[in-house]
Amino acid sequence: MKLKGFGTSDTARGLTLIAPPALFALLLLAVPLVAIFAFSFWSQDFLTIDYTPTLKNYREALSEPLYGQLILRSVLIAGAVTLTTVVLAFPIAYFVSFHVPANRKSLWIFMITIPFWTSYLIRVFLWKVILGYNGVLNSTLIGVGIIDEPLTFILYNANAVVITLAHAFAPFAILPIFVSLEKIDRSLLEASRDLGENHVMTFLRVTLPLAVPGVVAATLIVFIPTIGDYVTPRLVGGPGGLMIANMIQTQFLKLNNAPMGATLAVIAMAIVTVISLVFIFLNRRWLKARS
Amino acid sequence: MTGRGGWLRGYAVLYLLFLYAPIILLPIFAFNDSTIIAFPLSGFTTKWFTEIPNTPALVRSVQTSLIVAVTTAVLSTLLGICAARAGARYSFPFKTPVMGFIMLPLVLPEIIVAVSMLVVLMALDLPLGSWTVVLGHTLICTPFCIAILNSAFGNLDVSLEEAAFDLGESRWSTFRLITLPLVMPGIISALLISFTISLDEFIIAFFLTGTEPTLPVYLWGQLRFPQKIPVVMALGTILVALSVVLLTIAEIARRRGIARAGGKDTGGFL
Repeated sequence: MKLKGFGTSDTARGLTLIAPPALFALLLLAVPLVAIFAFSFWSQDFLTIDYTPTLKNYREALSEPLYGQLILRSVLIAGAVTLTTVVLAFPIAYFVSFHVPANRKSLWIFMITIPFWTSYLIRVFLWKVILGYNGVLNSTLIGVGIIDEPLTFILYNANAVVITLAHAFAPFAILPIFVSLEKIDRSLLEASRDLGENHVMTFLRVTLPLAVPGVVAATLIVFIPTIGDYVTPRLVGGPGGLMIANMIQTQFLKLNNAPMGATLAVIAMAIVTVISLVFIFLNRRWLKARS
Repeated sequence: MTGRGGWLRGYAVLYLLFLYAPIILLPIFAFNDSTIIAFPLSGFTTKWFTEIPNTPALVRSVQTSLIVAVTTAVLSTLLGICAARAGARYSFPFKTPVMGFIMLPLVLPEIIVAVSMLVVLMALDLPLGSWTVVLGHTLICTPFCIAILNSAFGNLDVSLEEAAFDLGESRWSTFRLITLPLVMPGIISALLISFTISLDEFIIAFFLTGTEPTLPVYLWGQLRFPQKIPVVMALGTILVALSVVLLTIAEIARRRGIARAGGKDTGGFL
């Protein structure tokens, strides 16, 4: 039975409801993205913007070694952060999913997420305190007698950026992997064991392949924002750990060269998109080849 | 399965130590009687805490941040309700691309969102201010609200609404009396999450804030002055304590909600 007035013109009602968020995204996301793309083809002379279309910014971005170096470094650092974060996070997600009793799982997830509800800026700053020359880590290690001289390779370089970001993005890696592990039908593992596989082989041939969607989600969730991070390279990176976001900020707010900043932003966006798509594509092919 | 987790448990404890390392240091330095943030500690003091209310710029930035965060939370939750309801209940042309586009800020580095909005505001010659920060924050918070509200609206039994409608309620009173109470836990989570994201967001606020900085933008400026750091630590300690209390309340509310609905607890509120 169809109720009168209920279920009629669903399309119209759906459109009315979706209109506010869609319009908001159109005005504040689509228009700005088009604008930044347009800006990248313009040029700026002190405070006046020259609207003649030009490829000058892109030529400069490709020929000036500094830009290429910053972009390459951003990709490498983001890659290292992603690898570290996901590899460190997997055992935790596995532990909580497989070894923690069901009624304690949400407590563990709660404990894992709590440190991340504190100010991101203060957390990054505290890593600077931990990793510094007279920092917590060095003074502890010297106090215990493990080292004689403070370690200097852990602050004001790319290593510090990787350590700090691996901390900052930990829950974003743990949660998707945990969710995909939770979805695994435990009877599959029993079946594998019954058929004579040992623990390690069961893990490699059953658990790990089934956890792939979570690992893929974790990889993308960590990689994409990391490549555009501004705070961490600025606070703990030193001159050798700066990334592309720092240069975009400099172009916009210090050098008053918005078109060049826009160009770098467009290039960064393009690189993120290409790497993510290639990653998803390779993963699909790998999954297909397996089945 | 348990029992074999020996080395994994050890790893888990070490990992938690890594996660909590900065948070443990925060109160230590907040109560330390020295402007140098390093060991050894020099004595106990509460003066950094009493300095907070006596720093007018800090108090103003907290007020600005609270206004921005509350406005953002309400706006993005309202937009999230519209989108999640439309997505769960109705079909309309171009549904997948439209929904995908609204969710796009989730996979854009925040600096891109920040500079592209800045470019438009510059081109239109509009003044920067708290309202521009609110717009930017609402843009990045709405996808989180939709993700949370999707499950709330998705679990809703349509026959309950039909029954109310059948019994003579209007469309609006059906929504108010039946739908709203059922999705309320989702709405509260969405409000809390977007409030927290906005309160902590730095890069968009850094680009779009005008003369009234939000708290993270103010803190960013203070980090350059060593003598200001202990006050920042004290403030950070208060914020940690507050968010732990808020999150514990949210978690308890969520568990009560699940227990009331007769469901099984399957994970965190994220």
